Amino acid sequence: MVTLKQLPVEELWGPGHNACAGCGSSIAVKMILKALRGPTVVVSPTGCVEVVSSSYPQTAWGVPWVHVLFENAAAVASGIEAAYKYMVKKGITNEKPDVIVIAGDGGTFDIGLQALSGALERWHDFLYICYDNEAYMNTGIQRSSATPKGAWTTTSPAGKVIPGKPEWKKDLIGIAVAHGIPYAATATIAYWNDLITKVRKALEVEGPTVLHVLAPCPLGWRFDPSKTVEISRLAVQTRYFPLYEVENGVYKLSVKVSRPKPVEEFLRPQRRFRHLFTPENRHIIEEIQKNIDEGWERLLKRCGLKS
Amino acid sequence: MSKYDVVMGAVITKPRTSLENKTGSWRTRRPVVDVEKCVNCLLCWIYCPDSAIIRLEDHIAINYDYCKGCGICAEECPRKAITMVEEG
Repeated sequence: MVTLKQLPVEELWGPGHNACAGCGSSIAVKMILKALRGPTVVVSPTGCVEVVSSSYPQTAWGVPWVHVLFENAAAVASGIEAAYKYMVKKGITNEKPDVIVIAGDGGTFDIGLQALSGALERWHDFLYICYDNEAYMNTGIQRSSATPKGAWTTTSPAGKVIPGKPEWKKDLIGIAVAHGIPYAATATIAYWNDLITKVRKALEVEGPTVLHVLAPCPLGWRFDPSKTVEISRLAVQTRYFPLYEVENGVYKLSVKVSRPKPVEEFLRPQRRFRHLFTPENRHIIEEIQKNIDEGWERLLKRCGLKS
Repeated sequence: MSKYDVVMGAVITKPRTSLENKTGSWRTRRPVVDVEKCVNCLLCWIYCPDSAIIRLEDHIAINYDYCKGCGICAEECPRKAITMVEEG
């Protein structure tokens, strides 16, 4: 736990980047960089954060940063980590920097998943952070495997044939935990303290660590830019996005939501879910609510808590 | 140059050169701070996506060079010390 006054004043995520007004992932990156403990190398695959931060010849990064292909961020981070390990061993340098990957949900859930799995299995000492805005936003809101059920995207358009994306969202932390890694957690921008604490904790752990950060996108989720933090908070308070951490296989709930709001409160402000509020699609909201309730029960059981 | 020399790609050697890019021109609404109401809780500072909040001794100020006018600061301010005003 930290207080806002204890956080470094220095910005490592420079203003002047080209993110949309009210960008959730931009807030996430800014918070992540406030949690650093020393020299750090950041790797980003293609994605919103990469595009907005590096319009050549400008860069928004205050830390060494490398952009790589969509699919191999975790592989490049592995290489950087291994190279520094060797350089320390040979006495070329005496300090090994922290290596962080900051990747979007497209680069993590879909395209970069095999590289991530490989890097976790090889047990590289790095932190993989996925900022999840639930679709390919910078190319024009195409669905990804992180897009939730019922959401409109340009490749899952809501109409007569389908009522938005028909499939459920993938469980990234479940996949990460299955590798037996020492630390994995979820976080979101509204809970800044939780997010910053988890980033620092993950950096201090030896071995591979994964963070899944929900970052609302005003453009793709179709809400007013001033509501970004509010939507992120609603995601937690409706139990849509539970905050928890998994340390050496032991689950721990970070935010106990004892009086959850109905999921409608999270869905209604976002126009990507607008079609769900028609009489013929109403049952999808009930399905989503049921899925959330069941998921929460499962999570409580894993945390050793009673509902 | 031997055949094994690799030509460097797009390398930027200075950090945060994006400071030249004054994104304040994007703004259609402008946040205005009432310094009497501001208690310097810094919630706007941590939530600002454009790092456009300046920390002063006992209140905050807005950096209009970079503020894109999203309105998150006004929305999140617990004291309602920030109001959004139409630009121009």
